Amino acid sequence: MQPSPIKSRPLYGTLVPVRQATRHIAIAEGEGASAVTEAFRGHDALSRTIILFSPAPRSTDCQQETLLASLACEALHVASGVEDLLAELVTTLSAATMGTRLYVSGSEDFIGRVTSEALHQGIDADAIQAEHRGAPTRRVQCVHCKGFTDGVSASPAPCAHCGLHLLVRDHYSRRLGAFMGVCIDAEAPGEIPPAETFGA
Amino acid sequence: MTLSFNAETFRDDYTFANSPEAIRAFPFPFERDDYTYTVNIEQHVPGPVQSATEFPIHIDEHYVAEMHDRAITLSQDPLRCQSLPHMMTAEWDLLELLMTSMATHYPETFTLTRDGDGWHWMNRPLGLDQHFTFGDASTLPHGPMEYVTRQCQGDFCLLDQRDDNLWMDAGMVTTQADWSLDFDLGMNFMEWHAPVPLAHDLGIFDRALKFLLNLQQGRPVRRLNWTMTVNPRLDTSPENYHRWGIDKASVTPANVGDKVHLRVELQALWRLPRSNAIVFSIRCYLIKMDELVTQKKWARRFHRVLASLPQPIADYKGLARFRDTTVAWLSRHDDGLPTSPGFAPD
Repeated sequence: MQPSPIKSRPLYGTLVPVRQATRHIAIAEGEGASAVTEAFRGHDALSRTIILFSPAPRSTDCQQETLLASLACEALHVASGVEDLLAELVTTLSAATMGTRLYVSGSEDFIGRVTSEALHQGIDADAIQAEHRGAPTRRVQCVHCKGFTDGVSASPAPCAHCGLHLLVRDHYSRRLGAFMGVCIDAEAPGEIPPAETFGA
Repeated sequence: MTLSFNAETFRDDYTFANSPEAIRAFPFPFERDDYTYTVNIEQHVPGPVQSATEFPIHIDEHYVAEMHDRAITLSQDPLRCQSLPHMMTAEWDLLELLMTSMATHYPETFTLTRDGDGWHWMNRPLGLDQHFTFGDASTLPHGPMEYVTRQCQGDFCLLDQRDDNLWMDAGMVTTQADWSLDFDLGMNFMEWHAPVPLAHDLGIFDRALKFLLNLQQGRPVRRLNWTMTVNPRLDTSPENYHRWGIDKASVTPANVGDKVHLRVELQALWRLPRSNAIVFSIRCYLIKMDELVTQKKWARRFHRVLASLPQPIADYKGLARFRDTTVAWLSRHDDGLPTSPGFAPD
């Protein structure tokens, strides 16, 4: 875990199953499967653990899925993508009881989307753990058209919806699960500096 | 005192202007000739007669035009007014605070009659006459916060207090200096201040939060904050930055006096009685350089402050493109003489 220079950006830790929880829901994307596996392998919580998994975008590798299947948890749902996974999460949470804990791992934009949805479903922020795995891509909300762009790896980046070139501000909303994107050439149209890739 | 209201605009043809009385009432924010970064919180007690702080809530000649401008902004972007479901008690608290203050201090303009929970509100300049039941939102045309803040100058945020923190859980924000309620909604005090440079490392927000968590009912506090805006535009939101940002490139030595405005926020904080939430009000005042320099002391002092402003602060406030041009213009109004102590004009 490294200190975050962005005060509104969450700090991500290492997943640790909470022993007294009545129900565990682990939600992972791509390399996040490794974090879930490392946290839960051999743990007596597995019999009360549901795992929701989505392969990384554009990945055909089944290794992560095989890894999770080897855990022998209560149930493993493999989604076709993040949208599918979020829908499954909403269904799972609708049946969740007090004492449920969430464990999220994957890229930062994945963690943001899952956390935002869980908060929206009434899960307490304290009941959600997150561990960052995979590429340092960000989810960005365009402040102008309010559209979300996933998997942003550098700033500035074009908005996938309105096409404006967005500076990715050092400002993060947990409610939206996204960084703020603001038009970078508003004061000098067409002057767009070279994109800089995000570090971890 | 009977108020009269300007017919003026804060967009398109920008006809906004201050009368000589409004200029002298302007809350000039600089007590010294150089820039100092402070929290500068003081008790929100009555200031001099005909000043911006004479009454807790200040209604002035721009009232009707500002409310019209707010209505336009809301019609184009309803997300400027949002409230999380647990904030309804605080909304009623806010309605009571504003209506009570406005009716008490501007009785010829606003009237509030209360008979138990049966309230009667009259707003003469906006032509509104509303009977409603306090605590029953179905008796108002909008939620209580939206209803009353469509009729009161200034932006308003409602901060919920829990877990030793303050949470931005409701607000009406249409005259903001480049921050987004929609983005910051639900954030805590440290999170929504994340983009502000320097202050975190100076511990300013830690001290300010500690102070505000102990804010007492009946003892509101205030501070002044400032930036600069090209054209008298109230809606300098990030949402519309791709529309107004270009204005910053339009400043020339010939148009500084008319185009460049000092933008001052009179920020006040009140503890609310039922909800224990805090109202954070941000009242925006604009004054163009031509108007500012009618007060010799302010001309001298603002020239010196703007010239000595550290670059990171100038960048954060978004002044980079027009600061030098403005300093050069102001230098013609600074004869180098000493300035008198205090904020007030001579």
